[in-house]
Amino acid sequence: MVKKLLIRNGRVICPASGHDGIAHVLIEDGRIAAVGPELSAPGAETLDAAGLVVAPGFIDIHVHLREPGFTHAETIATGSRAAAAGGFTTVCCMPNTNPVNDSATVTTYIVEKARREAVVNVFPIGAITKGSEGEELAAIGSMVAAGAVAISDDGRPVMNARVMRRAMETARVLDIPVIQHCEDLHLSAGGDMHECVDSVRLGLRGIPAAAEDVMVARDILLAELTGARYHVAHISTKNAVAMVGFARKRGLPVTCEATPHHIALDTRLMRPYDSNYKMKPPLRSPEHVQAVIEGIVSGAVDCLATDHAPHAGDDKMQEFERCPFGIIGLETALGVALEVLVHTGRISLNRLVALFTSEPARVIGWKGEQARGALKPGYAGDVTIFHPEYPWTYDVKNSLSKSANTPFNGRTFHGGPIVTIVGGEIVWKAPGF
Amino acid sequence: MGRSLLGIEDLDRVEIERILERAVAFQPHGGPGFAKVNTCTGMMVVNAFFENSTRTRSSFEIAAHRLGADTLSITAAGSSVAKGESLVDTINTLSAMRPSVIVMRHQASGAPHFLARHLSTPIVNAGDGTHEHPTQALLDARTILDRCGRLEGLRVVIIGDILHSRVARSNIFLLTKFGASVVLCGPPTLLPREMAAIAPGIELEYDMRRAVRDAHVIMMLRVQLERIHEPPMQAGEYFRFYGLRQEHVDLAHPDVIVMHPGPMNRGREISSEVADSQRSMILNQVENGVPVRMAVLERVLLW
Repeated sequence: MVKKLLIRNGRVICPASGHDGIAHVLIEDGRIAAVGPELSAPGAETLDAAGLVVAPGFIDIHVHLREPGFTHAETIATGSRAAAAGGFTTVCCMPNTNPVNDSATVTTYIVEKARREAVVNVFPIGAITKGSEGEELAAIGSMVAAGAVAISDDGRPVMNARVMRRAMETARVLDIPVIQHCEDLHLSAGGDMHECVDSVRLGLRGIPAAAEDVMVARDILLAELTGARYHVAHISTKNAVAMVGFARKRGLPVTCEATPHHIALDTRLMRPYDSNYKMKPPLRSPEHVQAVIEGIVSGAVDCLATDHAPHAGDDKMQEFERCPFGIIGLETALGVALEVLVHTGRISLNRLVALFTSEPARVIGWKGEQARGALKPGYAGDVTIFHPEYPWTYDVKNSLSKSANTPFNGRTFHGGPIVTIVGGEIVWKAPGF
Repeated sequence: MGRSLLGIEDLDRVEIERILERAVAFQPHGGPGFAKVNTCTGMMVVNAFFENSTRTRSSFEIAAHRLGADTLSITAAGSSVAKGESLVDTINTLSAMRPSVIVMRHQASGAPHFLARHLSTPIVNAGDGTHEHPTQALLDARTILDRCGRLEGLRVVIIGDILHSRVARSNIFLLTKFGASVVLCGPPTLLPREMAAIAPGIELEYDMRRAVRDAHVIMMLRVQLERIHEPPMQAGEYFRFYGLRQEHVDLAHPDVIVMHPGPMNRGREISSEVADSQRSMILNQVENGVPVRMAVLERVLLW
């Protein structure tokens, strides 16, 4: 018997198909079957979504699941549950595991482990270079054949322009994006926070905005040289946003993502020496934050991604300069994005949904069987149901992530995920729903 | 239940004045030594120095003894830190022994601020990385007041490695709170432009001869080679452009005083001629360390 799920009477927002209105969504056999105001589905399980937004399943193209190698901080199982609790139905995991995901063996391990233990779709991102050491290209073709959907040396940017060029040439033929964590390591070396009056005041070594800018500039030129799809991870500076906008005006296939924390927090809001505010790129000064938000409004920024980066408690309970970079973000992403972007009137709810669904899907370019990011017949039966306004308070003690490194603990949001559906199965429900 | 003293930036004028005035009571005033007051009898001061220090640590020890408190000093070498224990665990262990206050020096900026959030024992910051060294700024202020009688309206020039100096930051915060005009001077690689905005009334000057003109106070800083990852300029060049010599003192106000937090490198940032001159307050600073730290410990333990 074919399993059916009918989601009734929600406000169905699907930016890719231009749908925004009260309707039912029918999922059959793990795929979207129909969307419409008058659907009947005898024998279907039903879910009443009146008063809620029904959207395509949210996609986060930048997470760290820490498996294999750092399972004290997160696992594929726990990370995927945190994703589901954040309304995400698909995540792409970065290759900075141990061993680094630079081969088909590791890619296959992650794919298989996720198939058994994850509650959301997990797509690995392969390394650009062997061991992410920036020198020799990784087994890119084999990783893609095993299921990798992009390549990146996230956290360890490719400093050698010639190596980056070869990676882009390879990626172009495989039709995958090259994702770069843009940071000139010579300029950022030793830095712990954004270089500005606050870093000088606090006696912390600074990471100048230019460390990001020079690599974005270089890579855009290489993207033009090679014709590759190039994606800037966690964009955080005024000039980087401007350059991505400029590249697109010239018709280059250049895209970028912004994280919720880079638009919600700035250097003035940092709690001094609290490692829950330490990440790369660092929280920037207000002018940069404003520029990233304006980039989202103008369309220069393509999508949102969390850079969910779990670190075990004792790693974060140290002197600021010794703490690792990164914060968790899956469970707070929607709340933060609603607060900064929608409740302020900067963008519509429709556009917000696009930033979490059709846009990241376009950046990766899933096709055919893997098509996702829209409520179109035949697409993956992934649905995110959320409330755009209800107040709730984030308590990291209840987090499904294994780690608790977040600056948003105790924060009250207005609007958040209610039900997460992956392949027609309900994988998470808000407590009390 | 005392109150931590983590930095000058968080203190207001009234509180600073109270400490500086109290310190006067502990000064020798021509007598043989510092007052022995025993206001803190039975209390326990732990000096936890994770970074080397001679003058600050001994100064805190003497201060505690003059107040009648017991002291225990530990240094990083030979402590559990050297065996790989984390800072949090080390301090929690010390804290479990119920000291009245932990005086702490650490090479990481913000280390005492981070610990103060997780600890009920009050902490006195005896220098954190490149951030603050509040008791140094207080004793410097006491020294300036002893000699000049005021802070307001003075032109104070701080010269050297400003970027890496916790002494500079604490002095900047203190002096600007009292209406002194502060001129910062050093090589561009060690004096970022952002420094001008960390407090009101700061001027940057990269030319030393212009910086010292009409100065009432010249504060020299040590070149902190251990914190500099790339040489800012060749050593010979440094002394040529940023080393204090008599010719600079001659450009300053006729009553100028010269200060240095120590340890000083003769011939690198200051000439012996100046360091040993009548203008030099270097030993007065060291002497004032004790009464000022007595006042600070009293503030934490009693006020």
